[in-house]
Amino acid sequence: MTGASTDALMAFIHIVSFIILAGVTIAMIYFAIKYKRKSQDDETPLITHNNTLEITWSVIPLLLVFVVFGWGYKGWLNLNTVPDNAYEIQVSAYKWGWTFKYETGAQIGNEVHVPAGRPVKLVMQSQDVLHSFFVPDYRIKHDVLPNRYTYVWFQAEETGESQVFCTEYCGTSHSDMLAKVVVHTEEGFQSWLAEQGTGGGGTPVENGENLITLQGCVTCHSVDGSDKIGPTFQGLYDRSETLEDGSTITADENYIRESILDPGAKIVQGYQNQMVSYEGRLSDDDISDIIEYIKTLE
Amino acid sequence: MATAEVSNTKTLKVKRFKPSDDPKNTYLNHEKGVWAWMTTVDHKKIGLMYLGSVALFFLIGGVLALLLRTELLTPAKTFIEADTYNQFFTLHGAIMVFFVLVPSIPAALGNFVLPMQLGAKDVAFPRLNLASLYIYWIGAIFTFIALANNGLDTGWTFYTPYSTTSTSSVIWVTMGVFILGFSSILTGTNFITTVHKLRAPGISWGKLPLNIWALYATSIIQVLATPVLAITVLLLTMERTLGIGIFDPALGGDPVLFQHFFWFYSHPAVYIMIVPGFGIISEVITTFSKKHIFGYWAIALSSLAIAFIGFLVWGHHMFTSGQSAVATTVFSFLTFLVGIPTGIKILNWVATLYKGSIEMKTPMIYVFIFLFLFSIGGFTGIMLGALSADIHLHDTYYVVAHFHYVMMGGTLIALLSGLHYWWPKMTGKMYNEFQAKIGAALIFIGFNMTFLPQFIMGSQGMPRRYYNYIDQFTVFHQTSTIGSYILGVGFLLIAYYLFVSLFKGEKAGANPWGSRGLEWQATSPPDFHNFDHTPVIINGPYDYHKPMEEFQLGLADSHNGHDPSHEAVSAGKAVETN
Repeated sequence: MTGASTDALMAFIHIVSFIILAGVTIAMIYFAIKYKRKSQDDETPLITHNNTLEITWSVIPLLLVFVVFGWGYKGWLNLNTVPDNAYEIQVSAYKWGWTFKYETGAQIGNEVHVPAGRPVKLVMQSQDVLHSFFVPDYRIKHDVLPNRYTYVWFQAEETGESQVFCTEYCGTSHSDMLAKVVVHTEEGFQSWLAEQGTGGGGTPVENGENLITLQGCVTCHSVDGSDKIGPTFQGLYDRSETLEDGSTITADENYIRESILDPGAKIVQGYQNQMVSYEGRLSDDDISDIIEYIKTLE
Repeated sequence: MATAEVSNTKTLKVKRFKPSDDPKNTYLNHEKGVWAWMTTVDHKKIGLMYLGSVALFFLIGGVLALLLRTELLTPAKTFIEADTYNQFFTLHGAIMVFFVLVPSIPAALGNFVLPMQLGAKDVAFPRLNLASLYIYWIGAIFTFIALANNGLDTGWTFYTPYSTTSTSSVIWVTMGVFILGFSSILTGTNFITTVHKLRAPGISWGKLPLNIWALYATSIIQVLATPVLAITVLLLTMERTLGIGIFDPALGGDPVLFQHFFWFYSHPAVYIMIVPGFGIISEVITTFSKKHIFGYWAIALSSLAIAFIGFLVWGHHMFTSGQSAVATTVFSFLTFLVGIPTGIKILNWVATLYKGSIEMKTPMIYVFIFLFLFSIGGFTGIMLGALSADIHLHDTYYVVAHFHYVMMGGTLIALLSGLHYWWPKMTGKMYNEFQAKIGAALIFIGFNMTFLPQFIMGSQGMPRRYYNYIDQFTVFHQTSTIGSYILGVGFLLIAYYLFVSLFKGEKAGANPWGSRGLEWQATSPPDFHNFDHTPVIINGPYDYHKPMEEFQLGLADSHNGHDPSHEAVSAGKAVETN
């Protein structure tokens, strides 16, 4: 289960800290008793410093914190590296609740159903203020922002339920902005998903495909790899692109979103800044659907 | 009459000035009446007025805390509505940080003690010092206006876009904080100048009390960091009033930018709050061990190191915010580096006790409490600096407990230590030692009972700023609430016996603790000009192996050292021209 490395690190820090704290406390109390003042005329020896001691008690903690840093960094890299085969769910946070949207178009509020034994990636955005998605059982947390996508991933090994909290203060009902992770077996999950239908419309991918024709995207961006006025959508997702200024970026969700809303911000080398902004013409959901469609064009 | 070497080039004629234990003229009876207090430029009176103001705000912030804890006795509603709860925790945080912790030690105790420890008659800019106090009060008035006018519900951190869209009085409070910042900057400037220019003859940098080093490091942070906060709240105010998009994505801004700006001040501000506490600990632990401090330079320079590295760790408040991965890694690494000088200090203080002559008077008891609680605060800080652990613990009660162990277990306990230590100097009266020890015990028990359970529920996932909570956390919340009541009783007891001591307290001698610190060579309470002579220093402030007489020297010349040919006493001259 996700989180074992975090638990081990926390146990390590707690134990080492406890040992040092006990040492310091015992030394303090021992000195206070042993060197209790006998009279106001007590004389004390002149001990100003000791370089060996100073270096020892600087270097040992320094080494310890290096260990802690490396350990925490490694666990965190793992938390940030989403496996390629992760099952993707779109998350929308609002004051005060969560909506989870599946590839079939099914939508459900305040409950995220996932299959056991498979990594799950949540692609999250907020409709209003900052929120934060926190599942204590999986030791994962990430802020949910209104102007960009953020991610978390986890893998549940056993069926059951886990609590989800919002951990970024968001007003009156912040503490009631709860949800549940419901873990099914793979088969159980598939049948649950089938029961949900398509949420009234088509799947996100279907919507996305319709939108790029409807909004005229395909006029300039091909879906088959051929070169037009703008870069092709085929294989665009996760592609490394070189920009005008020579820097490179990866075309992830945030880049595509930015290119739709502010096309001139990061122009791919060899192309002109000719596109107009779709700000106000496409909803957040529309943009997410288009991105989902682009992801299928491998 | 004797002579003393105070520099390489100068020999001064000095004589002994033994402070009277029964002073006739003191700063308290020099001038009387409200008007005299309101227009005074005496650093001691200004320090006391700061102390009174800070105590008043601590009372308000503390009552709010108890109301919050009472609401949390049961899940869902206990006695107040969610919106009220949100306003209470916002005000508790904002008041405790901006109006209590930041000014508490530097502006209250520091103002009183700093010039005395330097042997100066006042700070370098006495009128500016009074102006700082008035600016603080004006900032406070803005906050009270906000209170009366819709309150504030954004959390003390003012995170955007919530604060941009909130209907509460955000602007009144941000303007209050903006104004308050100038008070902090002016006090910092004043202290830096005073330390550089007004040291009595013989006080070289190597003979500065560690309290001065700590206040000096703090002043540098105040002067450098506070303007960034001012700009941040100004930008926020502009966004709200003029609709200029800086932080709110709906206006084309970036909410994470706000967090960067905010923490660029507010993390160094943590050191503005705690570093002066380190100074007090160094003074008290040497006095009650009758022993030279262990590792003078290690403690002095680690304060400066903390002041410097403290500027480079703000991003550790933002590991889950969506800031860049590289930034997150670097901030985590630097966070561990800032932990090291802090650890060094703790070990140096404990080593100071070795072979000392230890007397467990109330200030020393608070030092012991500080070392224990602040260590816990430090260790849990290491936990929160570790990336994967922080992802789990961020914005839970673990963080709440951590910063209360640092800010309350550290700063506030150090303040209590300093208050009990310098109380006889400030008032000329002794408090009831027995009641004071009971008070310290109540504080220690109440504090741990309040905040230890918060570590446990935090690590189990209890988020902070929650009005409602799930049933599994009930027992921890209830223990915590009972602990907070004990803490409240402890503070009431302290207020009681300190108040009583003003009228019925035993008369304090000039130096009731037998300290070698220069401030103890003035009378209790001190003369209006601190000393009626120009002190001359030949020993370090912790040279307990030297006889007391050598710490009571002053210029013997009748012109009191203001002869222009005396290069070494130009400091005394600077005071005179003010």
